[in-house]
Amino acid sequence: MELVRISTAGSVDDGKSTLIGRLLYDNDALTKEQEDLVRKKTKEKGWDDLDLSVITDGLVAEREQGITIDVANIYFSTETRKFIIADSPGHVEYTRNMVTGASMAQTSIILVDARKGLLEQSFRHFYISQLLRLENVIFCVNKMDLVEYSEDTFLEISIQIQNMVEALDADINYRIVPVSSLKGDNVVKKSANMPWYSRETLNELLHAEKTNKTEKLPFRFDVQQVNHSQENGFVDYRGLAGRVVSGEVSVGDRIVIRQGHGSSNLESIVTEIRRFTESIDTAQAGDSVSISIADEIDISRGGVLSSKENLVEAQSSISTTVVWMDESGGQAGAKYLLKVGSREFPIKVEAIHSKVDPTKANQSFDVNTIEINDISKVDLRLSQSGYFDSYLDNKNNGAFILIDLQSNNTVALGFVD
Amino acid sequence: MKNKHLRELENESIYILREVAAQFKKPVLLFSGGKDSIVMARLAQKAFYPSKIPFSFMHIDTGHNFPETIEFRDQIVKELDVELIVRYVQDSIDQNKAQEESGKYASRNALQTVTLLDAIEEFGFDACLGGARRDEEKSRAKERIFSVRDDFGQWDYKRQRPEPFQILNGRINFGENVRAFPISNWTEEDIWTYILQEGLELPSVYFAHKRKLVKREGAHIAHSDFLNIVESDEIEEHIVRFRTVGDMTCTAAFISEADTVEKVLYENMQSKHSERGARIDDKRSESALEDRKKGGYF
Repeated sequence: MELVRISTAGSVDDGKSTLIGRLLYDNDALTKEQEDLVRKKTKEKGWDDLDLSVITDGLVAEREQGITIDVANIYFSTETRKFIIADSPGHVEYTRNMVTGASMAQTSIILVDARKGLLEQSFRHFYISQLLRLENVIFCVNKMDLVEYSEDTFLEISIQIQNMVEALDADINYRIVPVSSLKGDNVVKKSANMPWYSRETLNELLHAEKTNKTEKLPFRFDVQQVNHSQENGFVDYRGLAGRVVSGEVSVGDRIVIRQGHGSSNLESIVTEIRRFTESIDTAQAGDSVSISIADEIDISRGGVLSSKENLVEAQSSISTTVVWMDESGGQAGAKYLLKVGSREFPIKVEAIHSKVDPTKANQSFDVNTIEINDISKVDLRLSQSGYFDSYLDNKNNGAFILIDLQSNNTVALGFVD
Repeated sequence: MKNKHLRELENESIYILREVAAQFKKPVLLFSGGKDSIVMARLAQKAFYPSKIPFSFMHIDTGHNFPETIEFRDQIVKELDVELIVRYVQDSIDQNKAQEESGKYASRNALQTVTLLDAIEEFGFDACLGGARRDEEKSRAKERIFSVRDDFGQWDYKRQRPEPFQILNGRINFGENVRAFPISNWTEEDIWTYILQEGLELPSVYFAHKRKLVKREGAHIAHSDFLNIVESDEIEEHIVRFRTVGDMTCTAAFISEADTVEKVLYENMQSKHSERGARIDDKRSESALEDRKKGGYF
């Protein structure tokens, strides 16, 4: 079975929770308890249609205010797929949660209210999907029942979407589906109310073959810990425990080890790749393994292994795009702790170049400070070598977070240019 | 590993366990002997092999557990050669720190929080690894992998740290601690599939067995000395199994003949009921678990 991670985003009241509820309901994925809750709440509200929104809003404050405050993770499976949906809030003040929800996803679903067309939030959400380089974006033009299932309305919004995509010059796979989550049109079941739409339902799109751009990425590995052991029958076992960030590695490969300020490139050969009691030949991206090398090289948590052919560069400063996530804003000259994988070191904000306005394609302003939910172009000076790839080339080695040294909060997510 | 998505989940959990071991000075794994904590123990074993698991296990014992689970807990700890710390809710009650509930629904489930917070302080644990899963309950679905708790163990959903790309920030101030949830993204089906795949053993209460039960409002609760039995309760005997194993007083049984992992897995997947549907403590109100979590509960 294939695991597919999806992120959903929408503005206030465009029916996102209902859409997810509908997706689960029509896929017969609700539990008995959830169905009972839906019926109970529907009755309380005296609705004709099922109130499917009650499934995802998990916190008391959310149910009281009828909005989504934080990312909820929803799990369901069909015959062929296992889905994890990160349901993110639509309000502008929760953009940080949307970024968090979308960061792990392959596909993002953006809701558009058929009565309203694209709103500021739609631009923001699309911009973030594009910034995150998600593989697919599905626009669900929702509440079609409230515009009499009008094809003209759908086409008008489709043109707005197309203009938005073109203005951003976005290289992204996108599809547009007219739906009514309340009535169930084109979510899982084909709509009888919209005979003019003959393409896939949302559910069919989610089940479509993955586009999987199988470009071969260079080998990168983050050392989480060094495992020394004389236990379980091992004599002086030494393994570098961590996760393959990208690419793959095999026993016998020549690799380069880099850490901290070290400008020298230490080379060695992979002698063993261990996964619990098994010794395996090759480890792929995502695998948590333990790698042994031929030479006694001083390496610890925060070390990076890369392939000899495609070496990771050592940067002392980086140009980035950051999404600010904390109430305390950022400013030039401020120091933070940067964290990527198991690497963690202080940085200084060298310069703030501009703030992006996602609603006005590619337009940006000169600013000196950064506020919460801003998307800004900044330069960072690093206190030790960076070993980043550009996010565009290698997602998993091109994103980082910034941590406030006083509050310990995660204040920003950054992408290396 | 045949199952691709289980391998992905295992990779993720091992990564999280290693981050906890690396980022914290004194982590502890909360271990009850239930199925989720047995999977956690397996993942921890895999994460650090060939080394031993580098932290202790701890059980907050309400005194109302199934004896079969306690027996099993001790056996696993022995096999893994880890230290087990047990702290008793009874002691908190004796010290007047917790008040025993009364009435027919009396349960010690919520009282665990007091004992847990005291134990965290006693040992100076800065991270507690728990086997909570986001698919269990609505407010759990909102919790981060690293959940920062203040001095009082409180969960503040508005202060949750974003975890983009699963980059985990475990930096805390003195007195704060983190609850870490490595199997956040696993579902009940994943747990059982993994148990099957890894050939893990479970306490016998998870499989069909004959048991004396108290029928109360349609639910079958295990008959025990801990339950306040009232007149309207009916005493029955059935072949049952438990789908989730908490306190004997607040876990309902399933009438079932499933006596192997395969059969349990199959039957659970056919059932439309959720796992926590059998947890009577969650039914107290719509936000029962959220309220307990804000107060420092797991």
